[in-house]
Amino acid sequence: MTKDPLIDYTLHLADNALVLGHRNSEWTGHGPILEQDIALSNIALDQIGQARYLYQYAAGLINSSTTDRGAYPAPRTGEATEDGLAYHRDGWDFKNCLLVEQDNGDWAKTILRQFFFSAYQYFFYQQLAGRKDGELAAIAEKSYKEVSYHLRWSSEWVIRLGDGTEESHRRMNDALDQLWRLTGELYTPSSYEKMLVAEGIAVDLTALQPLWEQRIADVFRQAGLTVPALGWQQTGGKEGKHTEHLGYLLAEMQFLQRAYPGNEW
Amino acid sequence: MVDTKRIWSLLEQVNDPEVPVLSVVDLGIIRDVKEAWVGGAAVQGGSQPESIPEIVLTPTYSGCPAMDAIRMNIRMVLLSNGYRDVRLTTVLAPAWTTEWMSEKGKDKLKAYGIAPPLPMQQVCHPGLFVREEAVACPHCNSYHTTLISEFGSTACKSLYRCEDCGEPFDYFKCH
Repeated sequence: MTKDPLIDYTLHLADNALVLGHRNSEWTGHGPILEQDIALSNIALDQIGQARYLYQYAAGLINSSTTDRGAYPAPRTGEATEDGLAYHRDGWDFKNCLLVEQDNGDWAKTILRQFFFSAYQYFFYQQLAGRKDGELAAIAEKSYKEVSYHLRWSSEWVIRLGDGTEESHRRMNDALDQLWRLTGELYTPSSYEKMLVAEGIAVDLTALQPLWEQRIADVFRQAGLTVPALGWQQTGGKEGKHTEHLGYLLAEMQFLQRAYPGNEW
Repeated sequence: MVDTKRIWSLLEQVNDPEVPVLSVVDLGIIRDVKEAWVGGAAVQGGSQPESIPEIVLTPTYSGCPAMDAIRMNIRMVLLSNGYRDVRLTTVLAPAWTTEWMSEKGKDKLKAYGIAPPLPMQQVCHPGLFVREEAVACPHCNSYHTTLISEFGSTACKSLYRCEDCGEPFDYFKCH
């Protein structure tokens, strides 16, 4: 944890985008049909692009901070950089939600994970675009247009699979069993979010929750799926306590920069 | 003194590597060209401050891989025209929209075989199963076309098929 909550908040948003973008990129070359392989790869590209702007902003904040300067230095430069933040932090430094780090599973699980997260991110960016931090607001305004495409695409797939064959319906329900308990974290503010909401910088998550629930209910109704009771929800990712899946993801994503620090193409 | 008019005309020579018929000016990603000052008092030896061109640009999509190539190409074109130092500044807000694409650019896209973006429509919100009203086939002008995928060969395009001439084509989607 750094001392400045804005740095943690920016890293949290960047990690969400990077980790889900990386997960989706694992489908590149493996999609069920070419068009959907390309679709998911495009979504991954948007997310990693968003992550880059957020990491660049976080790196600038770290380097100009009087109390956090030197947190997360990159090899060679000794300063925080976007690459350093992505490739040289450990699992407990990552602040992404547990939902986005889950393994891809089958197509149904990937689709449902994307739908849950896009429904959250769409309303989230819309709100963030009107908050006080100019840089975060600008990134949000840009990203929210991209996410509107992600949300429609994933919503339509949830309906197609839920209302498809007996097997696709069963797979959607299996995915729901695995992912539902990780959705509550999206609305559970972390310590740094609580601090920044009061300052008008962070999005108030409690106000977002009904919008998300409405979208889920609308799409599930058309998909012939039942929205589960809220039930017990697992949290921790935002504070660096992750599921086992993140470690495997980082091991693959960070390997090259760990083995050859600062290497460039 | 930086001749901004000349810079604008030089930028007409810089094309989008993904859509090589469009210049960065046609695309609407150049937001401003102005004069910036470097050097001067801070430099030892009392050299005069030097004026250099500053180009303000905005990305189409956050993850567009062409942006790095575009920045490099801008530097190359200006360098070969005598501008050794150039400042490139990226702005994110207001966010780029296809409404900033020039009419000339839209004509060039169509001639190249890519359907140009329609004026902003309902498709830019996340409503379910919303489709563009009518995307014309760039080859035969038929409106009898079908969306194959909202995500095409690049982030900015979606994939269509013409039901009359049978050709698949890219549509530069509204954004």
